[in-house]
Amino acid sequence: MSAGKKSFWEMDELRLVTGAMVILGGATGLLVVMPYLLLENVRPPVGLKPYTSDQLIGRQSYIANGCVYCHSQQPRDIKQAPDATRGWGRASVAADYAYDTPHLLGTMRTGPDLLNIGARQPSKDWQLGHLYQPRAYTPGSIMPSYPYLFELRQGAAKAGETVVNLPPGLTQPGQVVVAKPEALALVSYLLSLDRTYPALPPLPSMPVAPTPDKDKP
Amino acid sequence: MDFTVGVLLGTFLLSIAALFIFIWSMAQGLFGSGTAAATEIFAVNELGAVEDPAATPEQQSGLQREMSGPGVTAPRMDLAETEARSRADQSTSLVVGVALTLAVIWLVLASFAGLISSIKLHEPDWWVQYEWLTFGRIRPIHLNLVAYGWCSLAGIGVAIWLIPRLLKTELVGAKYALIGGALWSIGVFAGTVAIATGHSDGLEWLEYPWQIDILLVIGGALVGLPLWLTLLQRKVKHLYVSVWYIGAGLLWFPALFLIANVPGLHFGVQQATMNWWFGHNVLGLWFTPIGLAASYYFIPKVLGKPIHSYNLSLLGFWSLAFFYSQVGGHHLIGGPVPSWLVTISIVQSMMMVIPVFAVAVNQHMTVLGNFRALAYSPTLRFIVLGAMMYTAASVQGSLEALRAVNTVTHFTHYTIAHAHLGLYGFFSMVMFGSIYFIMPRVMNWEWPYPKLISLHFWLVLIGFAIYFIWLSIGGWLQGLAMLDANTTFMQSVKLTLPYLQARSIGGGLMTLGHLVFAAHFFAMGWKFGPKRLGATLLSQQLLQRMFGKGVAA
Repeated sequence: MSAGKKSFWEMDELRLVTGAMVILGGATGLLVVMPYLLLENVRPPVGLKPYTSDQLIGRQSYIANGCVYCHSQQPRDIKQAPDATRGWGRASVAADYAYDTPHLLGTMRTGPDLLNIGARQPSKDWQLGHLYQPRAYTPGSIMPSYPYLFELRQGAAKAGETVVNLPPGLTQPGQVVVAKPEALALVSYLLSLDRTYPALPPLPSMPVAPTPDKDKP
Repeated sequence: MDFTVGVLLGTFLLSIAALFIFIWSMAQGLFGSGTAAATEIFAVNELGAVEDPAATPEQQSGLQREMSGPGVTAPRMDLAETEARSRADQSTSLVVGVALTLAVIWLVLASFAGLISSIKLHEPDWWVQYEWLTFGRIRPIHLNLVAYGWCSLAGIGVAIWLIPRLLKTELVGAKYALIGGALWSIGVFAGTVAIATGHSDGLEWLEYPWQIDILLVIGGALVGLPLWLTLLQRKVKHLYVSVWYIGAGLLWFPALFLIANVPGLHFGVQQATMNWWFGHNVLGLWFTPIGLAASYYFIPKVLGKPIHSYNLSLLGFWSLAFFYSQVGGHHLIGGPVPSWLVTISIVQSMMMVIPVFAVAVNQHMTVLGNFRALAYSPTLRFIVLGAMMYTAASVQGSLEALRAVNTVTHFTHYTIAHAHLGLYGFFSMVMFGSIYFIMPRVMNWEWPYPKLISLHFWLVLIGFAIYFIWLSIGGWLQGLAMLDANTTFMQSVKLTLPYLQARSIGGGLMTLGHLVFAAHFFAMGWKFGPKRLGATLLSQQLLQRMFGKGVAA
């Protein structure tokens, strides 16, 4: 307060606003814009099919019920973690997510990675029953059961309805568990999760003779 | 030169340059103790006078004795300045009262959502018949209520209350903040309903649908408006540290939230990088600045002595802005993202040691030698604890970003414990302390039951210690088990169970603490308890002038 001399570092409104926004702009360029430019031209791999409308409805159900809070969809490289040994698949690459918006990479493995669950557990009956009561299939599992995706009914199912094939002991005699459309869509999404095709496109089978001109690739 | 190598090299050189500037400025003695700007928050003759409206008269005198020695009376503030500050406080009382009340309501709801989520992890068949209560919905409800309900509204309330005090003038444009806060709260409510009914966007920290996000962007910008309007009227020469943090935070949040939520813009893996650019920036460039602004004000204010070094806080601010904004990629280590991006984020996570060190030295050196003050000042107890947790959470975060550590902790409950150390141990604790200081000024009423403040403190402290310690251990063991190919995945699940149960106990105590806090808050709102104006009003002189002699006993 004493001297009239202003320090070089003195803060004023202009410095604050410019500095703050320039720094944020830099970080946004680095973490948002550059990945955008680098990834916008990534083409889907040959082995990856777009989701069907039924699978997309199921994906919406996966989002609505927050599966992502316990399940990742990003197996890591075998050099880092034994994900492949657990049958979760090879390390994923950006192209594997060509049809995945919103992304569902996840941050938790309270449950296993699901990027290849369709290949690992292709049984529709298993998937439906496991959603109804996970502990009937995996003792000690802490996954919630999802009774609201099913209807517990006295008597028989109507035509066109899917009755869940459950292990004995989960229903009383005369009761059936009918899967609601949401459950069926969710399972069809889970079964579509299969990135077991090779990460890189197959190399051309013809060996290419070395070219003398080194500048050309 | 390869493009990615260039980016890496550039970032590396920038970081190294920053380090050298730091060392150079240390050598130049730029970090000597306080300059004029550090004392800008005090009135003439106020240095040496303690202030804690949450303290009882006995605590007040104990605090003053601790700071100035026995037999020394506190310096008396100039009456005109006292009145000016009183007017500054009054100019914010309505909007701050509303914001903090909403924040406390969100805190209670968020606590229950968190507790239910926690119990569900070890009781998976509990309350499964209701869709909206399923773990995958109640957990993001908890996160969003904490982040955008409790933390943001408490932060907004505290920031708006601080602005006129820091600029020594009255708040201009309080109505914009009031409208902004209302829009924001409507957004939080609508967003909660959206998640409960299954309309989440599916991105962590960004679950609210974009239609609702508009409310938060406009609300956030409106809340920031009074800051800029008040700045134009400022009566101080120097902008105190807290002003930088609040100003920058109020600019950063709307920008971040807007970019992150533009519908149809982001895709696939790019969206994942954006997700964690946002996810870490909302912590680093929104909550952290507000929390630091509050602790930079209240620690010196309560103690009646300026912060240790003004220049150090300057370095702390700019390095925080620069390094913190680039750490997001460390959430994607081992993921299908460009590896240069992950590497930059790891480097910047380590560089975060610089701002953290700057803040730690500054705040802890201010308290050093006066630790007994914590026994007398409820405000300080929460805020100093919070400041310590800030240092701890930040150092832990830097280490967690290292590939070797991250390989163990990624995807485990360890990360959850760490997140709570930051947003609860640091931010929420600082907010509790700030609210205890602010509310008597807002209400012109004392906290009716001082014992409840202690009860709140010990409940949340013990609860959080249980939460953090056990969940960290459980998460680490879980990570080790997942890395061991000979251990089945189910073993990694089963071993966490006792730790998850301990977390529920800790979380239960924290929730109980919040109920005590909320009950006390509303008891004050309804003006329960004895009316002990003496400590609440700014000075005896002012009190005598307002109420005549004889009141101030």
